[in-house]
Amino acid sequence: MLTVSIYRYNPEVDDEPYMQDFEVDTQGKDFMVLDVLEKLKVEDPTLVYRRSCREGVCGSDGMNMSGKNGLACITPISQAVKNNKLIIRPLPGLPVIRDLVIDMGQFYAQYEKIQPYMINNSPAPAIERLQSQEERAKLDGLYECILCACCSTACPSFWWNPDKFIGPSGLLQAYRFLADSRDTATEERLAKLDDPFSVFRCHGIMNCVQVCPKGLNPTRAIGHIRNMLIRSAT
Amino acid sequence: MVTSVTSLGRSGLSDWLLQRVSACIMTLYVLFMVGYLMLNPGLQFADWQSLHASLPMRMFSLMTVLSLAAHSWIGMWCVFTDYVTVRLIGPKATVVRIFFQLMMIAATLLYTIWAIDILWGI
Repeated sequence: MLTVSIYRYNPEVDDEPYMQDFEVDTQGKDFMVLDVLEKLKVEDPTLVYRRSCREGVCGSDGMNMSGKNGLACITPISQAVKNNKLIIRPLPGLPVIRDLVIDMGQFYAQYEKIQPYMINNSPAPAIERLQSQEERAKLDGLYECILCACCSTACPSFWWNPDKFIGPSGLLQAYRFLADSRDTATEERLAKLDDPFSVFRCHGIMNCVQVCPKGLNPTRAIGHIRNMLIRSAT
Repeated sequence: MVTSVTSLGRSGLSDWLLQRVSACIMTLYVLFMVGYLMLNPGLQFADWQSLHASLPMRMFSLMTVLSLAAHSWIGMWCVFTDYVTVRLIGPKATVVRIFFQLMMIAATLLYTIWAIDILWGI
């Protein structure tokens, strides 16, 4: 039997959050954490969490499992269990709506700031804006981000200043458009990132790299943004 | 975003670059001092004084003092804006943060002027 300790909080009923322990029979199998939650959901239908694709694509079920952020659907319990106990909490640093569901408004507000769309005011060609293979290759490791928020909510700089620091996820996306040969707003984008908070609150501790379920490297993208700022401002 | 009036360079890039350059200067100074002390085991007061009385050494020491001042200003500003915020300690945070920031700036300037006085008093 596996002991699963889950963060519970229903603001309509509870005065404050608490941890609730469950016993789960895993039958010796290495289930995904989401499978364990699904089992518990049958046992206790009041348990609330987000989920959708259950295969690491939608990014809905980001949560903190035994101290490390990740996607419950692609995290085997063998990776998350410590001392035969699985501790599940919501992603840290953002307000909890209920149980494992967080309010991601602040996270999306930062994403919106970086204008996550192509800006190119030149007349559109008849078919498409072409890129060379080398230009396209620059977007690898950037476009794969699924906005699960595992990285940003693992970042102390984002915990302390979620309204000012864009966070690793937003900055990875910012570089995705800065690096895109078809985007023509590079200088305008860079000008919005020069303040002491948006980019420069990153101190390079690389929590984001450690937890990214897609194996991406926001710290490297932030380094590229810094280099672009230096080239532009010196 | 409103420009911060208590950060050293008023720009993230400027502060970031200054912090790297100042760190390099301080590292060079420490390496020089360690090297000098290791190469001069029987160091006398007169040697030590003549080293620090020379103009190049004064300039090097002054650059290190200014680097230390800039480095600590930027670092402490980051600490205050991380931990002394409305989000963490409530509405009184702005007054408390301004107080700490001004104290930090005053102390930095005071120590810098004092250091210049010492360097040029040798």
